[in-house]
Amino acid sequence: MGEKKKKIIKTIRVDVDKCNGCRACEVICSAFHAEPKYSSNNPARARVRVIRHPLRDIYVPVYAGEYAPAECMGRDQYTITLKCDMCESDPDLTEPMCVQWCLNDALIYEEREEEVEEDAVAQQEEVEVGLEALANKYGLQNVMDAVARMSKKD
Amino acid sequence: MRYGETGFNLEIDLSRGNIERVENDPVDTELYLGGLGTNAKIMWDRVPPEVDAFSPDNLLIFSAGLLCGTPAVGCNRTIVTTISPQTKLLAFSMMGGFWAPELKYAGYDKVIIRGKSPSLVYLYINNNKVEIRDASHLQGKGSNETTDLLRQEVKDSNAQVAAIGMAGENRVYFASIEQERSSASRAGIGAVMGDKGLKAIVVRGTKDINVARPAEFHGLCSEVLQYIKKRENNPIPGVMPILAGLGSPQEMKIHDEKWHTESFMWGNSRVRRKDFWTEEVAKEWTGTLENTRTRLISCYNCPMKCGGTISIPGLPTYMMKCFSKLTYTMAAFSDLDFGLKIAQRATEYGVDGFSTPQVMAFALELYENGILTDDDLPELPSDNEGRFYYLLDKIVRREGIGDVLANGTYWAAKEIGKGAEEYAHNNIKKIEQLPLKLSMLNPIYFLMYCTGEKINITQIEGQFPQMPFPKREQREEFVKDWIQVPDEKFKQYFLDWELRGENSMPFYPTVEMCCDIVDWQEKMHYIDDALGMCAGLSSFPLKPPYHIHNYPKLISAGAGIDMDEETLSQAVKRYRTLVRAINIRRGMRREDEKPPENHWKKRFPELEKELLDTYYKFKGWNEEGIPTKESLEELSLDYVSEDFLKRGILTANGDSPAAEEEKE
Repeated sequence: MGEKKKKIIKTIRVDVDKCNGCRACEVICSAFHAEPKYSSNNPARARVRVIRHPLRDIYVPVYAGEYAPAECMGRDQYTITLKCDMCESDPDLTEPMCVQWCLNDALIYEEREEEVEEDAVAQQEEVEVGLEALANKYGLQNVMDAVARMSKKD
Repeated sequence: MRYGETGFNLEIDLSRGNIERVENDPVDTELYLGGLGTNAKIMWDRVPPEVDAFSPDNLLIFSAGLLCGTPAVGCNRTIVTTISPQTKLLAFSMMGGFWAPELKYAGYDKVIIRGKSPSLVYLYINNNKVEIRDASHLQGKGSNETTDLLRQEVKDSNAQVAAIGMAGENRVYFASIEQERSSASRAGIGAVMGDKGLKAIVVRGTKDINVARPAEFHGLCSEVLQYIKKRENNPIPGVMPILAGLGSPQEMKIHDEKWHTESFMWGNSRVRRKDFWTEEVAKEWTGTLENTRTRLISCYNCPMKCGGTISIPGLPTYMMKCFSKLTYTMAAFSDLDFGLKIAQRATEYGVDGFSTPQVMAFALELYENGILTDDDLPELPSDNEGRFYYLLDKIVRREGIGDVLANGTYWAAKEIGKGAEEYAHNNIKKIEQLPLKLSMLNPIYFLMYCTGEKINITQIEGQFPQMPFPKREQREEFVKDWIQVPDEKFKQYFLDWELRGENSMPFYPTVEMCCDIVDWQEKMHYIDDALGMCAGLSSFPLKPPYHIHNYPKLISAGAGIDMDEETLSQAVKRYRTLVRAINIRRGMRREDEKPPENHWKKRFPELEKELLDTYYKFKGWNEEGIPTKESLEELSLDYVSEDFLKRGILTANGDSPAAEEEKE
């Protein structure tokens, strides 16, 4: 049997009724992720996009998720190639930047605790999938060398 | 690397179909900042006073402000500049929305248009791809209709479109340029666009906009955002509800219109209705707005939601904000339902919401007084509202009497004659003013009405309260956290201002105080119009997040120009004076600088003369209102004084020729 572990799941909940279409989220997201930080901004590089059709009163902020070929209708029109990383940084932000800059509360940051059962077998399978991907990309010898180095450190 | 700005302008010659991308001079940015400032420089250099509005040599400039598209909250305005067919002077009109940031992301600061296209075209800008395209299929189409069609045509719902409607195509002198929820409305800039054969400009951009000192700039922008949050939770006590918060007057959100409906004039700026706002009217109008306004909407990177999406059953959806909510209603002595309905049609036609209702009310007054007859208005409907639709439709097509009315009340009255000029009673420098007729002369407003180059009171007023607060304790409370004042003396001016007695209008604030106050208010608008900042977060509301103390830091950190309060003030004075010089060169003089005769019941000719004399001197202008040689040279505007000397506008010792003759 597996152990129960507590995991923190982070999401940005979108309330489309509250969106006023201002796109501040796009501005500040792209500014935060500029290199160096805040040196430029460009909505085309934002991880969030507001789908806007003002004359139809449509305002929908969307975020890019994991790439999955079978997903998402309208992919040819509404494509975001960059994945949201919740503004991961050191030190941590209180909330992602888009949430901070949306004064209309259309974007709400939520953390929830979930109990996840840890299944030893499933975990082992996950490790193998990951290693296989690395081996395919870098070669099995490189992976074995890296693991050897890591175990020596311990 | 350029910061804030992109460093490039698009030069479009519609006569030849020529397109060029031209690097602009960073020195001009230091001297004139951008937006209106650099537009004025271009107009001075390239449009001599002999050039009329409808000449191919007139320029039509669409400029993004210096900081548009940076994370500066609310910095999204397009500044359109040209020669006005109505005033014959420099016209500059601003619009918010999303167009200016998109132009910056495409890599351009300005689109400078000259010449005239032989056929109706639109301009397509997508990063490095710029094309002049056929727009004959869009002829006669409404502004929002055009926007929708063009987005489909270019297959990009994220493209931003600035378009004229039928009014601009037909060169109506008060035609506007529309951009969905925003409008550059006044002084006939839409007519110039139509005259040039340009139906729309479509822009799409996906490049970066850089700032000079990222962490510092971000800090300043965050501070602004925090202040906005705080300020919105602390509306100003004792001022009318639609002006207590930030942004444009919040007429899409707030239903209480007692102030506008009871203090402003109805009809052709004629009638005051002091007891109009009853519970019944409040209830009815609240219902009208609640049932048609589907959402409060913002402009680019701004949380204020000043705009409203209006969906009336049976009519296409459109968007509006601010006083246009009431201008048609009040001109027609009608209700909000009528106002919102006719505004939809007016928006599609693309006409200015201040002038148009007054022109229509003016026409009906002439008809009611026999100056216009049934012959001039064939098949005029018998119902009041029907008449307004009739006039609107005729004006935008320049059909029949519409062709005369389409030139605005000043020119129409001249052409109609028969005493019509008495009815064109609400103009300054040939353009319609807000419908206001008040009692006691307000010396601050007197100077602003006389000398404002935008010739629109809402775009010079703002930072100083319009009236004193009745009790001293209220005034003390107000000045406690008034961080925006350039100097402590402004607090004292306000503290000592009373409704009655020695320290009341018209003699208090004193002449000198009025100069300070007007200069401050005007300065903030001019900064906004160079940076592309919305006045709703800056020069227009009381206690705004942007002011003279943080602006220099924002410009430094954003655009990389060394700036403090003094250099900023000097730069503003420079291009403000340049705007003046353009108008002087086109013939404007002191005699043009006066409010409508009947604007205040109680006038004080001696005080008014003293106000204007003192203010002219304060600004560095001579008694004709012409900037003196000294003041021009002090601002590094030597090229202006040289030109004035050549043209005999100034004589060698700096006076105007008339003054010199007097001396002899």
